[in-house]
Formats: sequence, structure tokens, C-alpha cells
Amino acid sequence: MMSVYEPWDTARGAEIIAEHAQTEGATLVILHALQDAFGYVPEAAIPMVASALNLSRAEVHGVFTFYHDFRKKPAGRHVLKLCRAEACQAAGGDRLAARAEAKLGIALGDTTADERVTLEPIYCLGLCAIAPSAMLDGRLVGRLDDARIDALVAEAQR
Amino acid sequence: MTMRVYVPRDAGAVAVGADEVALVLGLAASKRGLEIEIVRTGSRGLYWLEPMVEVATPQGRIAFGPVTVFNANSVLDAMVSGGPHPLRLGVADEIPWLKRQTRLTFARCGVIDPRSLDDYRAYGGYKGLGRALTLTSDAILTDVTASGLRGRGGAGFPTGIKWKTVAQASADRKYIVCNADEGDSGTFADRMIIEGDPFVVIEGMTIAGITVGATKGYIYIRSEYPHAVEAMNAAITAAKRGGMLGARIGGSSHSFDLEVRVGAGAYVCGEETSLLESLEGRRGIVRAKPPLPAHKGLFGKPTVINNVLSFAAIPFILDHGAKAYADCGMGRSRGTMPIQLAGNIRHGGLFETAFGITLGELIDDVGGGTFTGRPVRAVQVGGPLGAYFPRELFDTPFDYEAFAARDGLIGHGGIVVFDDSVDMAKQARFAMEFCAVESCGKCTPCRIGSTRGVETIDKIRRGERVSENLAVVEDLCNTMKFGSLCALGGFTPYPVMSALKHFCEDFGPAPTRLEAAE
Repeated sequence: MMSVYEPWDTARGAEIIAEHAQTEGATLVILHALQDAFGYVPEAAIPMVASALNLSRAEVHGVFTFYHDFRKKPAGRHVLKLCRAEACQAAGGDRLAARAEAKLGIALGDTTADERVTLEPIYCLGLCAIAPSAMLDGRLVGRLDDARIDALVAEAQR
Repeated sequence: MTMRVYVPRDAGAVAVGADEVALVLGLAASKRGLEIEIVRTGSRGLYWLEPMVEVATPQGRIAFGPVTVFNANSVLDAMVSGGPHPLRLGVADEIPWLKRQTRLTFARCGVIDPRSLDDYRAYGGYKGLGRALTLTSDAILTDVTASGLRGRGGAGFPTGIKWKTVAQASADRKYIVCNADEGDSGTFADRMIIEGDPFVVIEGMTIAGITVGATKGYIYIRSEYPHAVEAMNAAITAAKRGGMLGARIGGSSHSFDLEVRVGAGAYVCGEETSLLESLEGRRGIVRAKPPLPAHKGLFGKPTVINNVLSFAAIPFILDHGAKAYADCGMGRSRGTMPIQLAGNIRHGGLFETAFGITLGELIDDVGGGTFTGRPVRAVQVGGPLGAYFPRELFDTPFDYEAFAARDGLIGHGGIVVFDDSVDMAKQARFAMEFCAVESCGKCTPCRIGSTRGVETIDKIRRGERVSENLAVVEDLCNTMKFGSLCALGGFTPYPVMSALKHFCEDFGPAPTRLEAAE
């Protein structure tokens, strides 16, 4: 299942920000909520978050850029994350990552030209005893081999 | 009579098809007019057998695994008839790999329904809190200290002392924070216990709260663990509904509330002060210590911050007594450690045992060697910041001090096994690269040292002035080790230096290595 996101809308963004503005240490909570709704954190939202939390734009921008999770533009329709940490490296993950890159014609971190698939590295899904592992749009897959990675790539391209 | 079948909902079991197996079992049963109740549990931690499915019988729970959608029907037949099946493993508790463990913290994991407060209670849950509520704060602190429990996140700081510091601090607010930012590759015990027995973490945090006088707790779970986030939120809701969180917990005069916060993909937030910054809504920049979080922690208030496994060990200690816990272990490492066997390993999973078992026993005997069948060449113990050990060091007992004496660390208890195809120079480079990417940037040795480390190891691998550059790497490692503010920069030298020390033949221009191998 690919995720369905709303298009960015200032009023809707303001509503999400207001919903969480009173939370203790709200910045990450709000950035997560915005990304959950829109699939990314639109640049226009940064000053809105800053104003709601009485922070400077630089502070919110600093938080936004510090964490790997937050996107400044939408990802492809499907996001395929390959675990690239040591346990998966030990179980042949390097070769499978290269295979996925070759099949999709992109490098880890990139999105295909047709914007169907974003391929990303992830550093540990906690599936280290069934390595190598991956996550396609939130669905976990362990014990990857050539056939399974090919099937995942094909599914992502659909 | 309704047949009760247990299928794990643990992320590791789901990743190899547990949801589909549960679906097929349910459909097959209804097709045959069988009354079946499918209970979704956590995992017992025998991951090479997942999805491991169990059926309740008068003889006990009979396990089958690994079950797939293709053999689920025949497994159901065998469950009904009680007859033989190639995947039948016998009574789950009697499986030797499980039976030889000492499961104190993970006793319920994989057994109970992690969403059911009743199930948790039926298996001894909340007895620890029940006893704690009859004790004074000082008496609880005495128990926790006497148990010898040390921080299971990796640093190994005595939990009792940390709690006592917070208990003695006076402030209008205090916090309990659970570090569930389990970022180390090769570790998954936090994820497993949160998904399989979340109430034990809640109970441990609640006991911490009443001991130190805190009424609010946060569990910081990494975003890479969506199943754990869901499981913990469900458990918190159930605990609130059951009167075990919120005002007047368990009918006592104490209040304690819990909230899950989700990380955002920064490895450094597993470092406690960086985690606190992140909880406060800032960049995860490491704080200088002192002040300790116990004095000035979350929002500047006295804070107990412990790892998931530390909190999860507490209910047993309060229920069964400090001595029962401290009787396990060796030296200053008391109690049990949930060890995680991972990477290229035949029998990977969670193995909780008393401290003192040797690395060799864990890899060869418990783990069964590599999955690929090739010889074990290196094992990394303690995550990305842990040392690589060769077979020559397999007699090292699993113990904080024994590992430190051999320039290693047990960290969070993860062991990643590599076979003889591993290129140790590449692993050393990865350690530096990972540090460079994940460095919070506050201190120079970590921020710059790791980048220079990657460049210098690249030069070595290209064969450029190898001996001079090896000296540079060693020098960089010393600067990082002694000059960094936290464990990220401070411990990255462990994998790098251990690779250099024990596998120096891998450091040189690649063509030479290939010739040498022939």
C-alpha cells in the first residue's frame, strides 16, 4: 500500500500546528505531523511552526535539517528502504543494495525520473537476526535474497 | 472446544510472513468449521524458526516453525490431530535453545498477548509494582542497588545510584525518560520487549516514578520501529484504562503518566543528553556533562534516563528480590543480559543469560556458526561503536570488565557475526563514515576526525603511503577517543582500532590482498 498524502494547504497546515503547539517540546511532534499529512515538510510551514512556538525560523530550520527523516520535497510514490547497517552488511546486504540500484537505475538516496520509486538507506530496522532486511512503504521484509529484492523492486515500480 | 493458536506479531516475525500465516490459519480453520482463537504474541526470539506458531494443548504449548503460507494448512492438520509434522518442535518451553536461557526480563515475551493487561497480570505482571507500593523510596533504592543492575544501554552505570541521585534532588518536577532509541545494528532487544511485553517497561518506569517522586515519563522510540511505537501506545492506553497509569495508580496515592515520543532518524539521539535535547524539540546536539541528567535533565529538571532493558529488569527485582537477580552473573556484572545474535548467523535471535558465558559459546554453540556455512572471521560486539573480535578472543566472558580489558565493550548486547568473506578495512572505513554522517557536530574530534578517518583509510586501501597513513589513523583514533564529548566520537575508534589490530592483513592496496589470498 502506498501512502496517500494531502496536497499542501496553508489552512490545513496551521490547523495541524495548532493541534500540537501546546505539547511540551513540540517541534519534532509538529514536524512529524506535517510530514504524515503532506508527505514532506513544505518550506512555507517552517515560519508557521516558528511563529506558533515562539521560536526563530532559523531554530526550526535547524531542527528540520538535523534529522534524516524529514523531507523538504515529496518522495516517490513508493519508498523502498534498504537496511545498510553492519548486521545486514554481514549477511550480503551490499550486493543486494547494488542489485536494487542497478534495477532501478538510481543510487541510494535518489528517486526514479518517473517519480515512482525513492530508494533510501536505513540504518537498522532491528531485524538483525533475519538480515538482510528492507521496508517498502512501511511493510517490513526480512531474509532478503536476489529473488525477494527483485520482487520488492518490481512491486515498487508498479 | 476452541483451539487456541499463537502467532507472533513481532516485527521480525511479520517481516517473514507472520501476518499472512495468521490469515491463512484463520481461513483454513473456518473452512473446516474449526473454532479457533488466534492470539498475536511477541516473539520468543528464535528468529530462524519464525514465524513460529504455537497451539495450546494439555501438555503445554506445542510449537511449529518456520511456518509459511504454503505449509500452514498441514500445520493446522497436525495441530488438530496431535500427529507428527516436519515442522513440529515439541513443547515450546522445552526447546533446548530456549530452555538453557535464564529468562528473567524476557520471561513473558512471546508468551503473552502484549495488548492484554489481564494476560500480563496472569503471568506475574504488576507484582513488582505491588510490592514497591508497600515500600518506602529508600527501601526500593536499597533493592535496586543491591541487585547490582547496571545500565543496559551500554554504559553500565549502576542504576540504583542514578535513581538515588534523582530521589535526593529537590525540584517542582522530575521526569522518567526511557531510551528506546535502539540504533545499534545487531541489537533488537528493546524492540522485542516493547512489541512482546510492553507492560514490563511501563511497570519498571512506574516504579522509577514512585521511587524518585516523578509523575511524568516519556518513552523515546526511534522512527525506524513503527511496530514498537504502535505496541507501546496500545499498552499505555490499556494501562490507563486499567488504572495502572494516570492518577492514583493501582488505587494508591501515586500518580504517573506516560507518553511516547518518536525520534526522527538521528543515531546520536541514543546518547542520553542528545535524546533529552530531541525530546525538548531541538537538534539532537550532545550536552556537556556535568550537569548530569540526574540533576538537570529534561527541561532542566532532575531526570532518570535509562535504557528499555534497565527498566524492564526492575519488576523482577522488586517481585523476586534483589538477591534473586544478583545471584546470576559474574564479578561486577550481576543479573542477566539479553544477548542478541545477529548478522551472518545460523541460529540468530535473543538469548538471555547470566553474565559470564563466553563469546565462543555464544557464537559456535548457541548461534551454530554462520548462516552461510563459511568460517567465522570476525564478530562485532556492542553495535557500530563496538570492537571487532577475532576467533582468538572467543574465550572472553560476556562481562563489562572482561570486554573492556580486551579493548572492547558489550554495549547493548548485540553480536554481529561475519564470515571469512568480510573485508575488515571496508568495515573500519564504514565505522568512520557512519560517525561522520551521524556526528551531531558539536565537538571537533568527532566531526572532523571521522571525515579525516574516512579519507585516510581510503588512501590506505589505495596503497598510498600505507604505513604513514596507518599512523595517522591511529593518531586520529586517539584524538577521538580521548577528546570527544560523547560515545559516538569516543567509541568509533573501537571498531577501527580493533580491525587494525586483529586484521591488519586487510589494510593495504587491494591487489596485494588478492595475491596474498591466492
